Amino acid sequence: MNMPGYSTLRWRNCSFRIHMRTLWMNAVLSLFLLAGSAWALMSGSLPIAPDEIWQTLTATAPSRAIAHVLLDIRIPRLLVTLGAGAALGASGAVFQTISRNPLGSPDIIGFTAGAATGALVWIVALGGTGADVVPAAMCGALLAGAVVYLLARKDGRVSAYRLVLTGLGVGAILTAVNALLLVRGDLDVAISANLWLAGSVEGRGWAHVWPLWVGLCVLILPMLFGMRPLGLMAMGDDLAAPLGVAVEPVRRWMLLAALMLAALATSATGPIAFVALAAPQLARRIGVTASQPLIGAALVGAALMLGADLITRIAPFGIVMPIGQVTGLVGGIYLIWLLAKRRNRGT
Amino acid sequence: MHPAPSYRRSLLWITLVAVCLTAAASLFVGPRAITAQVTMDALFRFDPANGAHLLVMQQRLPRVFLALIVGAALGAAGAVMQTLTRNPLADPGLLGISAGATLAIVILIAVTGRIDVNAALWAGVGGAALGGAAVFGIGGMAQGHDPVRLVLAGAALSIVMMTLTRVITVNADAHVFDQFRHWAVGSLQGRGWDVLNTSAGLALVGAIGALLLARPLDALALGRDLGQSLGTDPRRIWLVAAAVVVVLSGAATAAAGPISFIGIAAPHLARHICGPAHRPLILLSMLIGAALVSFADLAGRLIGGTTQIDVGIMTALIGGPIFVILARNLRMNTL
Repeated sequence: MNMPGYSTLRWRNCSFRIHMRTLWMNAVLSLFLLAGSAWALMSGSLPIAPDEIWQTLTATAPSRAIAHVLLDIRIPRLLVTLGAGAALGASGAVFQTISRNPLGSPDIIGFTAGAATGALVWIVALGGTGADVVPAAMCGALLAGAVVYLLARKDGRVSAYRLVLTGLGVGAILTAVNALLLVRGDLDVAISANLWLAGSVEGRGWAHVWPLWVGLCVLILPMLFGMRPLGLMAMGDDLAAPLGVAVEPVRRWMLLAALMLAALATSATGPIAFVALAAPQLARRIGVTASQPLIGAALVGAALMLGADLITRIAPFGIVMPIGQVTGLVGGIYLIWLLAKRRNRGT
Repeated sequence: MHPAPSYRRSLLWITLVAVCLTAAASLFVGPRAITAQVTMDALFRFDPANGAHLLVMQQRLPRVFLALIVGAALGAAGAVMQTLTRNPLADPGLLGISAGATLAIVILIAVTGRIDVNAALWAGVGGAALGGAAVFGIGGMAQGHDPVRLVLAGAALSIVMMTLTRVITVNADAHVFDQFRHWAVGSLQGRGWDVLNTSAGLALVGAIGALLLARPLDALALGRDLGQSLGTDPRRIWLVAAAVVVVLSGAATAAAGPISFIGIAAPHLARHICGPAHRPLILLSMLIGAALVSFADLAGRLIGGTTQIDVGIMTALIGGPIFVILARNLRMNTL
């Protein structure tokens, strides 16, 4: 018997149930990712035709300029964009499930501020530049995460409320430290730090790509297994424990993994607003997540980042519009629109 | 459960003494060493030709008063706001007020190229009013007074306005960013008597409004339906209270820059001392807020030495740990 909205795939004595809407939405999303990636590779101050991209990737490049632009600039940028989006989306899905709060995203719980502190200490106090920022920001985010986790722990348990509140407090302290570093620093250094704080994928090279993608691939597999017990815990710790869920270890390891994903993304691009918050929500709304919320959120996150990157390229009047600001602007307006729409329905 | 009266009275006295002590000590402390004797002379036998006397009268004295006014305004605004949003964590930073003031001031700096403290004050108040009005508008004055929606609208609008602020600082000249980063940390440095007079006037209007609202707020705190049956008009209280909050926190933010945690911490401490009735709560929140800001400013000058640490940073460094401790000991059913 067919359930409505599903169709069944049968082959000999195997059968597989498919949710048609999920299938369609995933297909559309993948198509958008492919087309957007192609456009991102083709457009720019040096236009490159599709067949030239194909040649460069499979055989020899038509010219040295094309090889350089494609292999050293555009492909790393594209990979950083997609990887950061996927990491933020997956991380947001875990955080929202654990905190049981749609606002429980890594940027609110203080990890992004920690990453920024790490980067600012490196840029302002130690005079570092470029890709060296990555490990510094990573350390900052992980340290902030560890502090928040330890402070939120009481009697061996971490409650969702205490996690969010502690994160808010630690985040505020770190934001103050960041402001102090910005004011105390030399003006030129402070300007470059401010640019990093705006969140950008410009000028990212392979040094940014490798840690991000290796981390993403290593982390996402165990996280897929952890999502199931985590979903049970959404019913409450007391209900999940009798069902065989080791509540506290699951929460601890999933938090750590999600934290590392957020840290990887932030260290590669700088703080990106709203993707971690919006991706899991959007994924649920458009229905790409029927069975696997993590993958859906990661795909939607990557699509959001790619879309934001494409928008940065068409900003008018030669305005510098870093990608972190595009996501903030679009995400904020989207949230406002949601609120306004809900009011109309209410009256 | 309320603490015993004698305990509460002693806490009240401690607060009063703390305000007076920190305010007085602020007069004697600064990057330039001026002896206590010279400071006393400046106060009581003022000599306009003496540089040290001028410094005390034109810089330190207004700064002391400004710290007290900013703290009192933020404390009162926080107390009203927490009842209004039914959210124990409400803070001017939450409802788009700080972000609105910040955006207005960065636009002012970008357009005029320099920061004039007086113009910044009015731009800040205007921006705070616009930001607050937009949040209250989207958050739903029309129907219902859903506190969660209000907070969400505040978060969304704050992010949009902060994004615009950063886009302007990234694109503008270096000196615009330089001016802005110094304002954005929250500082009481270099504000003269004219700033003090304007913000004191605004804060006074706001404080009187808040105290007049005390009784209706008591009714509103019982919940919308119960408040209505007690004869209050929730919508009108809401409008007036929102205006009061905007005036109070707008004046404070415009004068000193964004200062966090006072709006959260002062009402919580005050409630601990005097309970939930609004008239004593608002008064005591103002007192505690004044003590906190004044203390933070003093501490920033003592720790920083010749390069002072600005008061906005100090309040976050002091208030953040307090907030974390509060969160740790919070019983879940109180939220």
